[in-house]
Amino acid sequence: MIKSLKARGNQLANVKNQLKILNGSPFDGELPTFRDQLTKLGDFPMKPTNIEIFQINVGYMCNQVCKHCHVDAGPDRKEIMTKEYLQKCLDILEQTKIHTVDLTGGAPEMNPNFRWFVEEATKIGVKEIIVRSNLTIIRANKKYYDLPQFFKKHNVHVVSSLPYYQAGKTDAQRGDGVFKSSIEALQGLNEQGYGMPGSDLKLDLVYNPTGAFLPGNQSQLEMEFKRNLKKDFNIEFNNLFTITNIPISRYLDYLVASDNYDDYMEKLVLAYNPAAVKGVMCRNTISVDWDGYMYDCDFNQMLDMKVAAPSSQHINDFDIDALSKRSILINQHCYGCTAGAGSSCQGTVA
Amino acid sequence: MDKSYYDPKDLKKFGQIAEFEPKLAEKFFDWYGAVFEEGALTQREKSLIALAVSHAVQCPYCIDAYTEDAMQKGANEAMMMEAVHVASAIRGGASMVHGVQMMNKAKKLSM
Repeated sequence: MIKSLKARGNQLANVKNQLKILNGSPFDGELPTFRDQLTKLGDFPMKPTNIEIFQINVGYMCNQVCKHCHVDAGPDRKEIMTKEYLQKCLDILEQTKIHTVDLTGGAPEMNPNFRWFVEEATKIGVKEIIVRSNLTIIRANKKYYDLPQFFKKHNVHVVSSLPYYQAGKTDAQRGDGVFKSSIEALQGLNEQGYGMPGSDLKLDLVYNPTGAFLPGNQSQLEMEFKRNLKKDFNIEFNNLFTITNIPISRYLDYLVASDNYDDYMEKLVLAYNPAAVKGVMCRNTISVDWDGYMYDCDFNQMLDMKVAAPSSQHINDFDIDALSKRSILINQHCYGCTAGAGSSCQGTVA
Repeated sequence: MDKSYYDPKDLKKFGQIAEFEPKLAEKFFDWYGAVFEEGALTQREKSLIALAVSHAVQCPYCIDAYTEDAMQKGANEAMMMEAVHVASAIRGGASMVHGVQMMNKAKKLSM
């Protein structure tokens, strides 16, 4: 298993070096910057709408080390949100009209207070609880085997990555044996009713391209995944979300190391779709890191670009008015969310 | 002439063929776009056909373009290589089937 960029002492573990790449060639005159595009559109600075989704990154620890991971997550990452900050998030959810909590990581289930948090979120009536599960965590250790039952009990919406319906491409991106374990986990979720016709238990899959190319048509890929997973493994699921790989962290490292960076950025710029700008997820989402700081999205979190609301950058100072008036911070990585049909944690946006 | 007949950067300049003859180029690109839309065949099937034909006509620009296009549309390595085999089989078969013509002629000339 490979190690995180941080554990390897890779220069891209320092976000300053990532930003240096994103602000350098080909954006030093050859290609328009994302800011240029927004200015042309009359949408700079970009402003948020109502905050509807509270996306909490409960820790960077993960049982997998995926090659494209924008979090640089892995077993060697020890950053985990404390119970105190989880409680603070619950207080915010209770006091505001934010209807959706989106738990991500790392593997969010590895946070020791994960189940307690979900139980409490259910008690205070959060309308939708999303867990971004990597699937293999369910099969990683006996203590996680009953997660499908736990998810069912709390009507958790499960969103899981599966980049392909066969082992080769999946394991190439997510690690040896990940496909087999993911299939077992999906079958376990199906047994509980997840993703089954007529069931209210939602199971969505996320498709990320397994290389330096953009995702294809979401509905066509969904049909392909449904047909093959049913035929080969008798697996059912609800929706397939296609998500563009964002050129930061380990995916940026891959692009640079494979000499694909310039071509990939050009593809993103050529595929820029102004119609996707309106629906990008940073408009209605606040991303929280393990240490309680807030960001416009999970990608800005990884680039340490805290929300541009000086009086409300930490959950201890949460101020919905200040956050609503902020400007959304952008850089060239934002092209990833506006390419083609657009991309968000809920798939396409345009 | 440059040092090489083919430059990968020229693929991105495909649209510039309109510079010398805009009206026909417009018709060509409209038709080209329509050809690859979803129809009786899926877009991925069309992409794999395009990839196979790219090999038959030995167009390096087309091979680059339709390898990526097919991957984007969810094709895997096995599908793409099978498409190349189809192109190769037709190319090879086209030569072999002329063997019948050779045989016909040889038999006619022989005692």
